Amino acid sequence: METTSHLLTSVLMARFAAQGFLRFDSVVPDDLNAVAMDAMRAGVPDVPYGVPLSKAFPDDSFARRLVGLPVVAGALHSLVGPEPTVDHIAVHVREPNEGMAQPLHGDAIIDTRRDAFDVQLMYYPHEVTADMGGTLLVPGSHLRLTNESDTGRYQNLRGQIRLTCPAGTVLFLHHGIWHGGRRNDSAQRRFMFKTRFNPTTPQVRLWDTTDLDDPAVRAELTTTFPWYEHATGRLEIYNRIALWRTLTGDDTFDIDYWATRVSNRPGRTA
Amino acid sequence: MKQQVLVLYLNSSALDDRVVGWASYDGTGRTHPTTGDSDEPPYATGVDALRDGWRLFQASQLIPPYPGHEYDTSFLKHEFLFEKLE
Repeated sequence: METTSHLLTSVLMARFAAQGFLRFDSVVPDDLNAVAMDAMRAGVPDVPYGVPLSKAFPDDSFARRLVGLPVVAGALHSLVGPEPTVDHIAVHVREPNEGMAQPLHGDAIIDTRRDAFDVQLMYYPHEVTADMGGTLLVPGSHLRLTNESDTGRYQNLRGQIRLTCPAGTVLFLHHGIWHGGRRNDSAQRRFMFKTRFNPTTPQVRLWDTTDLDDPAVRAELTTTFPWYEHATGRLEIYNRIALWRTLTGDDTFDIDYWATRVSNRPGRTA
Repeated sequence: MKQQVLVLYLNSSALDDRVVGWASYDGTGRTHPTTGDSDEPPYATGVDALRDGWRLFQASQLIPPYPGHEYDTSFLKHEFLFEKLE
């Protein structure tokens, strides 16, 4: 599996830290999309919790080919390391004209880890048009501490993404991001293949760091979103600083002095 | 008598601040709002909803952060619930 030539850049890692997801359009070739569609219709075998990625999928499966694509392998290596475990897989189907959307939610349960994160891969083997109920994503929601669908009252947030995408698109999501399957108002079934990955190594500088000092890194990390309340948005930046410090191992990193100012206690050691 | 409920999330605790999130529930059964069904809010501010005849019946309390969790972010803080009756 080739990974080193397709590691994420620091700019993309910073985007992930700020937005809670990365998107790669049309990176899966058409022939693999066709194989994946057939497999999803037939039923994809479960993977037991915690199997190392290298042992999780049969060699001839679409899932093995998917995670072996250089762009996918490189992103996974950058985010969760060289040999993550597969937490679980799922085939999500939004039925035609089903009349309902999923409530906005974060997967699993509230997750208070600040120095590690899981990544969820979402793979769309066919084109997703506006009326097919593409995944709803809320950029920058991944560091909010909420439990599963307790956010269900939030139907719409400014700046939300109602995903439309070409066939073969892959997303990588931080485990905490708010999302949901939207109502499918079309006459077609919509398929999505999801895999959750757990890191097995500290998530520190696993990507291509040659551009770490690029001003675009800081620009990504200062991104705000239209749904942030003004005051809480500042706390989002503060928490993002902490995440970037963890990812880089640099405990002096700061943005606009937010973290330095509130930790300045002259003469005290703790 | 049937109730329509509009939930607006505002940029601050001020009712005339801009809307950052929204939801609605329709007791008349005429509409079926759901998650992710629009990208533009029905009103620009909370006061704009009042001007259009919505009656405010609940607003979020302002609660100090719990000690040790001052930097945590969680639910949206400034939630306002409105109704119309017919």
